[in-house]
Amino acid sequence: MSEPLPQPHPHDIGPDPGAPLVDLPGHSSRGRLERVLRRGEFAVTAELNPPDSANPDDVYERAKIFEGWVDGINATDGSGAHCHMSSVAICALLTRVGYSPVLQISCRDYNRIAIQGNVLGAAALEVGNILCLTGDGVQCGDHPEAKPVFDLDSTSLLGVIRRMRDEGKFLSGRKITTPPRVFLGAAENPFAPPYDFRPLRLAKKVAAGAQFVQTQYCFDLPRLRSFMTRCRDMGLTERCFILVGVGPLASAKTARWMRANVAGVHIPDEVIARLEGAKDQKAEGKRICVEMIQQLHEERGVAGVHVMAYRQEQYVSEIVAESGVLKGRAPWRRDFVPKMQAVESFTP
Amino acid sequence: MAEPLTPSAFEPRGPRPPPWRAPRLRLWSVRNARLLEAVYAAFEGVLGAAAPLLARIGFERLERPVAFVERKVKGALFDCRMCGDCALSTTGLSCPMNCPKALRNGPCGGVRADGNCEVYPEMPCVWVKAYEGSLAMKSGARIAEILPPADHRLKGGSSWLKRAREKLAGAAP
Repeated sequence: MSEPLPQPHPHDIGPDPGAPLVDLPGHSSRGRLERVLRRGEFAVTAELNPPDSANPDDVYERAKIFEGWVDGINATDGSGAHCHMSSVAICALLTRVGYSPVLQISCRDYNRIAIQGNVLGAAALEVGNILCLTGDGVQCGDHPEAKPVFDLDSTSLLGVIRRMRDEGKFLSGRKITTPPRVFLGAAENPFAPPYDFRPLRLAKKVAAGAQFVQTQYCFDLPRLRSFMTRCRDMGLTERCFILVGVGPLASAKTARWMRANVAGVHIPDEVIARLEGAKDQKAEGKRICVEMIQQLHEERGVAGVHVMAYRQEQYVSEIVAESGVLKGRAPWRRDFVPKMQAVESFTP
Repeated sequence: MAEPLTPSAFEPRGPRPPPWRAPRLRLWSVRNARLLEAVYAAFEGVLGAAAPLLARIGFERLERPVAFVERKVKGALFDCRMCGDCALSTTGLSCPMNCPKALRNGPCGGVRADGNCEVYPEMPCVWVKAYEGSLAMKSGARIAEILPPADHRLKGGSSWLKRAREKLAGAAP
């Protein structure tokens, strides 16, 4: 007899996929990501590469490959200052099916009026997680002639949304009748200078309202460890969940290109040398990613990983499975939802 | 100012500072943050003492001449952008409005390995300098204070007079 398939936690299943989950005490959202993290499980989130189309099926196709392997799907908001389908729209499409999306808000593109409106709209559409970002400069995108906004910064944005949620007020002080129920996230890059300031900057973000953190790609474990040590000393790991960014490198050439052209990505020479020395560079890239996830799982204070497999999304499930960090746990999947029995007497 | 990677319509707030290649007093100011901090503390004391007199002359009447002097002095020392809501005391005397993203609470994640700006590769990151400055300052721990979103209505106004007004309001029972 084969072993029974692992079942998701009962708290993570609603009466039907699109319906909101039951409220849990002490939780600021009704999202699955917060539940997984608060239960103390090692969380996995992944990044969805938004389509350049107006077709919802493109979104569902891209989300489907993560199904059953991740606890949250980040919908990037004009990443690299390139124009794509909006994060709010992708998140709204995903909640219709029952996925647990993470809305990304980048301060580059909206002022405080637009942002607060978007937060209310997203929360109304059952989006439970918001990641507050500053955003890349417009110079690195396909519209360098655009006017950058940067009305708020990521830290003040956290404060604004927390106030909306906890005090039920806009930044102006005007009352919100139904405050948004959201789990607030921030980004951090432990691999960029000023290194000593990074833990302090995270502390500022946590003080401003960050409940979880997703970091930039980690390829340099020693640097992450020294960052984590400072975070533990400052008590940050008890006040927020740190999800470390990881991702497979397709080849040594890609790694070199990323290091030179993608802001904030730090890849040590040893990693590139290891890729270069491998027969199958793509497989080696995945191997490095799997090993990194396993080592991060051992690191005290790391609450999960955020897999950014740009243009290699199809390997995410494989990488997560191989790393074994889910330990037999099953993140939510559509087919786990108890099928409603057809009520025959109601059919005419 | 260093040329951006790609030319763009972007302009940080306030007037453009002199060309980047010219000697930068702003880096000197960060190196001498401790000294300038003491100078400003003394100046702030004078501001507080003079506040009632300033009020009698009329803050509105003083706004233009004081803002002019402030622009000249702080422009030279810090490449001040006259945001009107000065944060220098909490940012290691490195003006955060020179950041192309106008970040007032810390560096972005794009700082280059050499400590330079993501947008202007030749410019040292404002926040790398801010951290250095804060380490030299007596009240450097104030870098941990969270600044609220900037009030863009104050742009171009004098933050010295704003401080004097605050002192006056604080002194009043």
